[in-house]
Order: sequence, then structure tokens, then C-alpha cells
Amino acid sequence: MTRLTTEALIIDIPGRASGVPLNLAIEPGQVWGVLGPNGVGKTTLLHTLAGLREPRSGQPLLDGTPLREIRRKTVSQQMGLVFQDRQDGFPATALETALIGRHPWLSPWQMESGEDLAIAERALEALDVIHLKDRLVNTLSGGERQRVAIATLMTQSPEIWLLDEPTNHLDLQHQTAVMKLLRQQAAFGRAVFMCLHDLNLAARWCDQILLLYPDGQACWGPARDMLVTSALESLFGQRLLSAELDGFPVFVPG
Amino acid sequence: MPISSPYKPLLILLIAGFLAALISISIGSTAIGFEDTLRVITGSGTELQKTLILELRLPRTLSAFATGGLLAVAGALMQVLLRNPLADPYVLGLSGGAAVGALLAMLAGAAGFLVSGSAFAGAMLATLLVFGLAHGSGSWTPSRLLLTGVVVAAGWGAIITLILSMTPASRLPGMLYWLMGDLSHAATPWPGLIILVLVCLMVFPLGRALNVLARGSLQAAALGVSVRPLEWLIYLMASLLTATAVTMAGSVGFVGLVVPHMLRLVLGNDQRLILPACALAGGTLLVLADTLARVVIAPEQLPVGVITALIGVPTFLYLLYRSR
Repeated sequence: MTRLTTEALIIDIPGRASGVPLNLAIEPGQVWGVLGPNGVGKTTLLHTLAGLREPRSGQPLLDGTPLREIRRKTVSQQMGLVFQDRQDGFPATALETALIGRHPWLSPWQMESGEDLAIAERALEALDVIHLKDRLVNTLSGGERQRVAIATLMTQSPEIWLLDEPTNHLDLQHQTAVMKLLRQQAAFGRAVFMCLHDLNLAARWCDQILLLYPDGQACWGPARDMLVTSALESLFGQRLLSAELDGFPVFVPG
Repeated sequence: MPISSPYKPLLILLIAGFLAALISISIGSTAIGFEDTLRVITGSGTELQKTLILELRLPRTLSAFATGGLLAVAGALMQVLLRNPLADPYVLGLSGGAAVGALLAMLAGAAGFLVSGSAFAGAMLATLLVFGLAHGSGSWTPSRLLLTGVVVAAGWGAIITLILSMTPASRLPGMLYWLMGDLSHAATPWPGLIILVLVCLMVFPLGRALNVLARGSLQAAALGVSVRPLEWLIYLMASLLTATAVTMAGSVGFVGLVVPHMLRLVLGNDQRLILPACALAGGTLLVLADTLARVVIAPEQLPVGVITALIGVPTFLYLLYRSR
């Protein structure tokens, strides 16, 4: 089990004041949702946490060790990321795409084994895209491609899952299926940290919430404390109505 | 990916390469039948046939094979680097730099090794120029690199025209032939063949990282690839391959573009399979093209670059049309 923490982290968004330094502790078993309006730096935060971008100051740490002191390969065995945009310049099948998730686990001389293949196929099955495994990814629909991308992360099977709007392009049924899968991974002791646009998905499935404001302010904590109508109204600049259904808050624009 | 056996296509391409080489060394101003050719290869045959095949035709055929293989592998590597199937040593201005180097040496009256060395230096300079300029402020996007390459290539083209216009008419034919790609000046095939084999061996441990890199540099970094060092390594390897090929045979176009593209349509995009396949198929293609260049208007010879362009352009357009 791996802990991802940040030490006075300020992400680097050109032209913006530094705002509140983030001291997050993303513990095994937690499901985090990051909420905020467009352009607030949700993607930048994910990339910074994954070590793909330099922060303005502070740093992310894996089990207490600064990320930049750990070999990239070791990092990628412990932490994976589903990107919002993907490049499909060359044709590849869904199965080949999922299989690249095994890269961190193989030495340069090793070929993918039957075991690796089985892991990739299980992941495609869990995301309900196994029937597409021999199809070229660039011929799939947006939602199918999204599920292949999540299956790639599942094939990588890191301890910490970072996801940039994992429910993009997904229909209602698959949104729920993906969220259940993420909760199940958390129940296995993994940590999930994702950007979301849908308040109700966050309210239903996340136990920790990080609110990012356009001026660099931020607050975070248990979902119950963070998902308060007044806070969300000021976050999005939008009046909200809320109700409670089955014990979960529900928000609609007012 | 190696889901089915990866060796079968390579074996087929290897056999095709051998057959092409056999055809190439048995056809020429003096036709030698297959049986006689085989006899010479196995150590018998007449003195004349031995001289003709082993000393005249075989080195040229091997040079053609090496040049084609080098260019196809260089093209395939560039395409992974730029995540763009249309990238090619020529598009990026590497061969333009090599040509300028060679022509300057020839203009100064140099010959042989000096011309080769100067071409090599020109290719490496073009490499540094394109990558340095594209690197610039720190963003190193494929489209920026491609555009820089195209503009720099146009610059080389202008310099080539300048050199040609300053050259005494008596020296022009040799230069022109060299610019269009010609194997009759190839000195020895061995450096090219050795570099080709070495790079193909290096590709095995690098192959999967290249596959991941083809999915984008951020995705590759998230999967544990050290992106920047790998990108530099690819660029240097591709430059070395191009420089070696241009030094041997001048500017032979389209091999680096057409061969990887055709192979990807058939074999998929696992670099561990595609790169050795490119070496074999590119070599085979150029051996056949060179044979054609020698015989279509015999006893005159065509520059092989004309043949590859005449085959390459329509093939490429057809493939592009059919795949969409």
C-alpha cells in the first residue's frame, strides 16, 4: 500500500497567483474527487502529482520520498494516470493498447507473457470492452475508447489511480459501472484521485473532496463537509438547489 | 504485439531479400542465368563470371540493400519520434544537409572519402539544426519539429541550387546523379550493413519503450519511460542511419516513407517487429529498384532515386486513399 502526499504543493499555472499550498494526504482506500470550474488547474494538478510537470513550489511524495528522487519506472509501478486526451497516431487494437500498461513491470529484454495477456484481457472484461479487443482503437466510439484507457490503467495495476474525468463520454450505465469499479479498487486498498465535472457523481461515489477555486484558493476534506450548497455555489458561480436522496446529496442548477 | 509468432513475416521478408539479390546479380549488361549465378556463389563458375558477380555486381547489390534498409529504419524511427506516419529523413531535411555537405566537398575538388565524410557531417549538422531550433523555448512538439524540418529542408534545397549554379558545367553530371540517388558511386557496402545490423539488434531492448512512446510522450512518461533521453537516442540513431545511407547512395527518396507505412498496414505497429521488417523490406525494395534502374534503358543507367520516386509516390497516394 502506497501513500501519496503533497508538501506545500503549488501547481504552476502561468499568470496566476500561487494561492493556497496543498498539503494533501491521499490514503489507501480513499476515493478523492477534485471539483472546480474549467481552467482551474485540475489536469495540471493531476500531471504534477504524477511527476509529469514541475510544480511552482513544494513537491509530491510517495511514501514520504520526494517523487523526483524516485526512478520513473518505480513511480509508474505505484502510480498510474488516465489522461483526458489521448494520441492515436498509429493504428493499434484495444488489446494492444491495454497491454502497454504492463510496460512498467517488464524488463527491456522481456516479451509480454501469457500472464500479461491474461491481465490485460481481465481488465478489458472488467470495463466491458473485451468484445472489442481486436478492433482498432481509432474506430471505437469516445465512450469505448475511454473504457479502453481505464482498462490500460487497470492493466498497469498501480496502487494509486489518478484519473482525469474518467466518466467523459460514458453513458449512464457505464458511468455507474466505472465508479463501482473505482470504489472496489479502493476497497482493495488502492487510492483513487480523480477530476470530475458532475457534482452528483462526486457526491455519490467520493469520500474525499478537493475544491479548486480560480484564484488559486483550495479546500479539501471529507465529502460530507465539503459538498455544501453555499461552497459549491461560490465555486461554480451558479445558484444550486439541493436535496437528499437515499442518503446522498443531489445538486441541480437553480 | 507478439501475439502471433513474430518470426514468420521476418522469415518471408528474408527469403524475398535473398531472391531479389539473386535476381539483381544475375541481370545486367551480360546476362548470367540463375544456375550460373548459384554456381558462382557456391564457389565454381568461370573466372569472368566470378569477377562480374563477386567484384562488380555483388558489392553494388549489397550497397543497395544496405541503403534501402537504412532509410526504411530511419523513416520508421522518425515516425515514432514525431508520432506522425508522414515523417521521413527527407521531410526533416537530414538528407538535404548531407547533400550540401557532399556537394561542397565536390565543388572544392575533393573526392572519395572526403565527400563521404563531408556528407556525414552535413547530415549530423542538419540533425542538430532541426532539433536545436525546434527545441528552442523548451516545447518540443511533433508538429513544431516537423515544420522546422520542412523549412530547414527548403533552405538546404536553396543552397543546393546555389552550389549547382556556381559549378562548372563539366562537373555537373556527377553531382546531379548524386543528388537524385545513385548506387554506382557506392564504395563499399560494409559500414552500412554493419550499422544496419547493429541498430536492428539495439531495437530489441528498446522496442517496447518505442511502442509506448508512439502513444504520446506524456503517456510514455506515465508508464515509466525516460522520454527525453529516449527521444534523443532515436533522433541520433535515425541521423546516423540517414547519414550513412546518403553517404553511400545520395538522396534516394520515399523508401523511408513508403516501406514503414506498407508494413504497418500488414503487420501492425509493434516496433520490435516493424523495425527489423523495415530493414529487410527496404533493402529488398531498393535492390529491385536498382536492378530496374540498370536495365530499363541499358546500357545507360537511371538514378535509382527516380525509380523509387516513381514507385513510391503512386503507392503512397494509393495507400493513403484506401486507408481512409
